[in-house]
Amino acid sequence: MPSWEYAPAPESRAIANLKPNYRMFLDGEFVEGGGEPLKSINPATEEVLAEVSTAGSADVDKAVKAAQRAQDKVWGRMPGAERAKYIFRVARLIAERARELAVLESLDNGKPIRESRDVDVPTASAHFFYHAGWADKLDHAGYGPDPRPLGVAGQVIPWNFPLLMAAWKIAPALACGNTVVLKPAETTPLTALVLAEIIQQAELPPGVVNILPGAGEVGAAVVGHPGVRKVAFTGSTDVGKSIQRSLAGTGKKLTLELGGKAANIVFDDAPLDQAVEGIVNGIFFNQGHVCCAGSRLLVQESVAEELLDKLHKRVATLRVGDPLDKNTDVGAINSRAQLTKIQELVASGEAEGAKRWTSPCPVPDKGFFFAPTVFADVSQAMRIAREEIFGPVLSVLTFRTPDEAVAKANNTPYGLSAGIWTEKGSRILWMADKLRAGVVWANTFNRFDPTAPFGGYQESGFGREGGRAGLEAYLDV
Amino acid sequence: MPETKTSPAADTGPPPAFADAVRDETSLRRFLHGLPGVDAVGVEQRAAGLATRSIKKASKLWAIDMAISMVDLTTLEGADTAGKVRSLCAKGRRPDPDAPEVPRVAAICVYPDMAATAVAELAGTGVGVASVATAFPSGRSSLAVKLADTAYAVEAGATEIDMVIDRGAFLSGRYGQVFDEIQQVKAACGDAHLKVILETGELATYDNVRRASWLGLLAGGDFIKTSTGKVSPAATLPVTHVMLQAVHDWHATTGELRGVKPAGGIRTTKDAIRYLVAVREVAGERWLDPRLFRFGASSLLNDLLMQRRTQLQGHYSGPDYVTVD
Repeated sequence: MPSWEYAPAPESRAIANLKPNYRMFLDGEFVEGGGEPLKSINPATEEVLAEVSTAGSADVDKAVKAAQRAQDKVWGRMPGAERAKYIFRVARLIAERARELAVLESLDNGKPIRESRDVDVPTASAHFFYHAGWADKLDHAGYGPDPRPLGVAGQVIPWNFPLLMAAWKIAPALACGNTVVLKPAETTPLTALVLAEIIQQAELPPGVVNILPGAGEVGAAVVGHPGVRKVAFTGSTDVGKSIQRSLAGTGKKLTLELGGKAANIVFDDAPLDQAVEGIVNGIFFNQGHVCCAGSRLLVQESVAEELLDKLHKRVATLRVGDPLDKNTDVGAINSRAQLTKIQELVASGEAEGAKRWTSPCPVPDKGFFFAPTVFADVSQAMRIAREEIFGPVLSVLTFRTPDEAVAKANNTPYGLSAGIWTEKGSRILWMADKLRAGVVWANTFNRFDPTAPFGGYQESGFGREGGRAGLEAYLDV
Repeated sequence: MPETKTSPAADTGPPPAFADAVRDETSLRRFLHGLPGVDAVGVEQRAAGLATRSIKKASKLWAIDMAISMVDLTTLEGADTAGKVRSLCAKGRRPDPDAPEVPRVAAICVYPDMAATAVAELAGTGVGVASVATAFPSGRSSLAVKLADTAYAVEAGATEIDMVIDRGAFLSGRYGQVFDEIQQVKAACGDAHLKVILETGELATYDNVRRASWLGLLAGGDFIKTSTGKVSPAATLPVTHVMLQAVHDWHATTGELRGVKPAGGIRTTKDAIRYLVAVREVAGERWLDPRLFRFGASSLLNDLLMQRRTQLQGHYSGPDYVTVD
């Protein structure tokens, strides 16, 4: 019996409408920036995709002033029902250009097309749809009558969900009547600049949204600008801490969504086959480049062996490779720097005595790839149990009782998300109450919806994004 | 493919690993209720995720031929006649008259009184004759009648028996009764292969599907089959996932290979390929074999033939170019 191999099924890269040059979006126009242009590469092939102009410090000043002007004169005064129409139009245009955005996202970021097509782009569109609905109902959001916007929001977003994070940040800001200066990540600026095109296409008044690519110093200039009244940052805990220090005493409102080391907790009465799916989705979704990834698997000792056996079999079926192939499950690591960091932490896990298992799947020889890896016999003291790896690497620990599960799950400076797998409803409620995590999933993992608030505890940050709770960050309340 | 035992012996009971599970009614209940639950949201999400696999070119053609060779071409109507059955047999022997290289179907599936006609038509062709039995489709009769029904089909020469379980007994928790009936029907089958129809549309929950799957395997079914085709919903992808997982787990514990047959509602090549992807990724590649996976279908075959032509000729030719039988 010959084996059945899936033939390559690549999405056409022509759909991305890739241009050789992208420019920043300032006051309603695409303009050259004063910074050194950066080259965005395809992490799956290491080829240069496009050259992108970056902002100089004068550009940041111009952008913030344009945003202030737009906020004072147009956007802040506009009735909510009118703002809603613009936001709704952005949502529609994202949906209409979904394929283009999905292919471009996979090219620039390295994530599989299956995810950019089925998760990133539709959820980005959903965030605009959802917040369009809030724009004329803010009186009823529970923040008193006629809550006021803050002014200009300075937003800095990461490279793991480039378009989706832009949507998470921009949609609520606009719905509440703020204007935006946003800096996309250095390695993934392209879809944010297509979003800028969409914003122009939707005829938003100039200055309402400004998108300034660049490296860390552009982000620092945006959040440090005195005209900015609200800062929203998603990214690493170290940068988050430095932003918080720099903003102390300025009166700027701040929300931070930082790292995580989430526990995915499997009890012996769990639906095991679906728990395996949830574990896989928890840590291998988006190559593990997810701040809320279920990177620590806590499994009850009595089912540990059976579960690990099932998990290995399942992980071995994950297809690693060309992000544009529709059958790829795990794509490319976003950058060489990130790959090096993953390799370094994996080496530390081996050195500290954890038992490594790596999927025998074929891995392309070009580009940044890392085969899905599971560490067994991990103890709380090891670096792979404490530090965020941000890659397709799972650390497996065991527990004996529910109390021990809670203690181990909470034993981290982070607190972004957690997962509970059990058929016992009362235990789910008991655990959710005890876990210090902003999001607790029960019998599922990594599910995102614009109506559900998302955010963390402790070193995972503060503030919520999404849902009614997420509006608070963009209102003067 | 390595030779592996695919048919459990009729008289020896389950393998040693499960001897305790079937000792008495209480042990059987304890065993079935001790199986891990199935989370409905999770299994449906997984099935929908796998359904997005994109199968193109050579792998699509391979899948189409594999699917054709797995079809149990079925007619189960009150209006069936010898003429109808004969024409269906001709179709099964040579699905596409213009293309002799197209594989034969796995079996022709008929009511017991039509089995002899099908047997005569198919002698020496390698195409099996499957007969439904045991007061199909409802199973509402005495055990004696069900066994006689089975014996009637076997005597007529059927090589495969598709029995229905007593869903009433299953849903009221009389697992022992269901188990005994399957065992006795298996004994009445002799050399014929037994497919155990769970009628998952009436079992309603995935937990029940998992329990019934294990019950069918423990009692000696060669195949577990989703549906009669007379109840809606018939086969669905998530239900088939649960059953594929069961035969996979059964093999992991006992080393025995058992099969799965989704039946009813699978009409297009696209659907069939989704099932084959599930077979490959849930149970494993060795189940991509007509001895271990079947499609119970009537209209699916012509769609497979049309898509096969499309793949080879580069254009769609339409339903007038395949035979209607």
